Amino acid sequence: MIEQTDLGAGHGGSDELTPAEAAAASADAVTGIAATHRGRRSLLEKLGPVAVFVAFVGFWYFLSYVWMSEGRRFLVPPPHRVVDQSFLDWDNLANLLKSLWLTAKVAIVGLVIAIVLGMAIAILMSQARWVERALFPYAVALQAVPILAFVPLIGVLFGYDFRSRVIVCVIIALFPIIANTLFGLLSADRSQHDLFTLHGVNRRTRLGKLQLPAAMPSIFTGFRVAAGLSVIGAVVGDFFFRQGQPGIGILIDVYRSRLNYPLMYGAVILSSALGILVFWLFGFIANRAVGHWHESTR
Amino acid sequence: MSTVTSTGRPNADAGRAALTFDRLSMVFADGTKTLDDVSFSVRPGEFTTVVGPSGCGKSTLLRIASGLTTHTSGEVIVDRSSLGYVFQDATLLPWRTVSANVELLAELDGVDKAQRRQRAQEAIDLVGLKGFEKKYPKQLSGGMKMRASLARSLVLKPSIFLFDEPFGALDEITRERLQDELLSLFLHEGFAGLFITHSIYEAVYMSTRVLVMSARPGRIIADVAVPFAYPRLPELRFEPEFAELAGHVSGALRGGHQ
Repeated sequence: MIEQTDLGAGHGGSDELTPAEAAAASADAVTGIAATHRGRRSLLEKLGPVAVFVAFVGFWYFLSYVWMSEGRRFLVPPPHRVVDQSFLDWDNLANLLKSLWLTAKVAIVGLVIAIVLGMAIAILMSQARWVERALFPYAVALQAVPILAFVPLIGVLFGYDFRSRVIVCVIIALFPIIANTLFGLLSADRSQHDLFTLHGVNRRTRLGKLQLPAAMPSIFTGFRVAAGLSVIGAVVGDFFFRQGQPGIGILIDVYRSRLNYPLMYGAVILSSALGILVFWLFGFIANRAVGHWHESTR
Repeated sequence: MSTVTSTGRPNADAGRAALTFDRLSMVFADGTKTLDDVSFSVRPGEFTTVVGPSGCGKSTLLRIASGLTTHTSGEVIVDRSSLGYVFQDATLLPWRTVSANVELLAELDGVDKAQRRQRAQEAIDLVGLKGFEKKYPKQLSGGMKMRASLARSLVLKPSIFLFDEPFGALDEITRERLQDELLSLFLHEGFAGLFITHSIYEAVYMSTRVLVMSARPGRIIADVAVPFAYPRLPELRFEPEFAELAGHVSGALRGGHQ
């Protein structure tokens, strides 16, 4: 209704416009175009993920009903069967969620340890060049060596349950924390450092009032990457260290070995949902913490 | 119009000066000689500007004066506890609001909270940033950032102010406005100023004295007194006397370019 009246007035009055009114009207037109443009973009932004989701589900159905022969269809059960058996069957869902919670606990504990340890190491590295040189190659090596190689050692040292799964998490999540924190700590401008040098500050003041605040956006990026990795670490840890209560990783493996593919895919979906949740959560925290002065956080 | 040209003149007045360089030379670790036998003083109430080609060591002069760089020979006499330094870029901390940025140096020097609050507010009012206290640097224009940077140093009420091409990155209109604002601060606060710039017009407009430096290694090749009284009005920029003096500085600068 309102839109129509506006349009009507605009058309009707266009002949008798004073120059000022004409200018105002054309300014309106410009903002109008801008608004439409913005509107279209935000619609695209909303529709984008939905479109990809629809395409993904469509592809899944295609795999299930067209690509797979009747006899092999059990390998890729159609999505509705996965949802039906994993999420709509209360017993199965309860079982999955219990394991997911255990995996989440492993991931959270591992992430917290990786954050504390990684930031401490990065702060040490930032304080003296020789510490950085001494430690950084090993941080890279830790990242590069496949976790499989550590499994026997971790098992012998720490057993085959919760503790070892956490250690796998820490090993996987540590490097991005170290690398991003260090990068951030070294990111303050030379002239900003000069300013602090002029006032004869000690290391602690420089760290607390210049380097750490300057590093926060980069540190949060590290947290986000590490959070995603720690979920992967917890699932992978499940595969290797099977004692105690089963995490979602063990369930994935068990359902696979029993050829119970609907539940296996259900478990996979839940564990990736956990990864997305954690990633989104840290993005949200980062935005609250540094969004008011730093643009690149989203 | 009186213009004095001299090189390496003795510093008989060093005792009363806010800042004195005496036969200062600087050779970097890689062997490049940056400054060669530079001697001059800046007295209270003086606004001295150094112009010179890029890479001649003008900025190094300020770094030496402030103690950020150590010179290789000669002497610097200055009270560093009362020294303000304005950098080429505003160097505001992006995570602090304008008022928190203006308080920073007082905070680093251990001024107590209530006092630095009050002094910061005074400085913010002085540079015309009232109403922007709660803004973050990314919300400010280049000129406003530079005003905040000036306010940050003003909080400490320095007796000698070093300016390292502070207006170099600003557009001409903003630059001229800030020149006038800085001059009124200079008159109001009574600090001694040592200003570095590429711009001959800026040098002549602002200063009581213009020193011309040669290309590397930097030597003082001309010492030009600027006789115009303060407060200086923007129209001064179009007076024949102003043009003549600027021409004189420009000639000295070209003579030093080999």
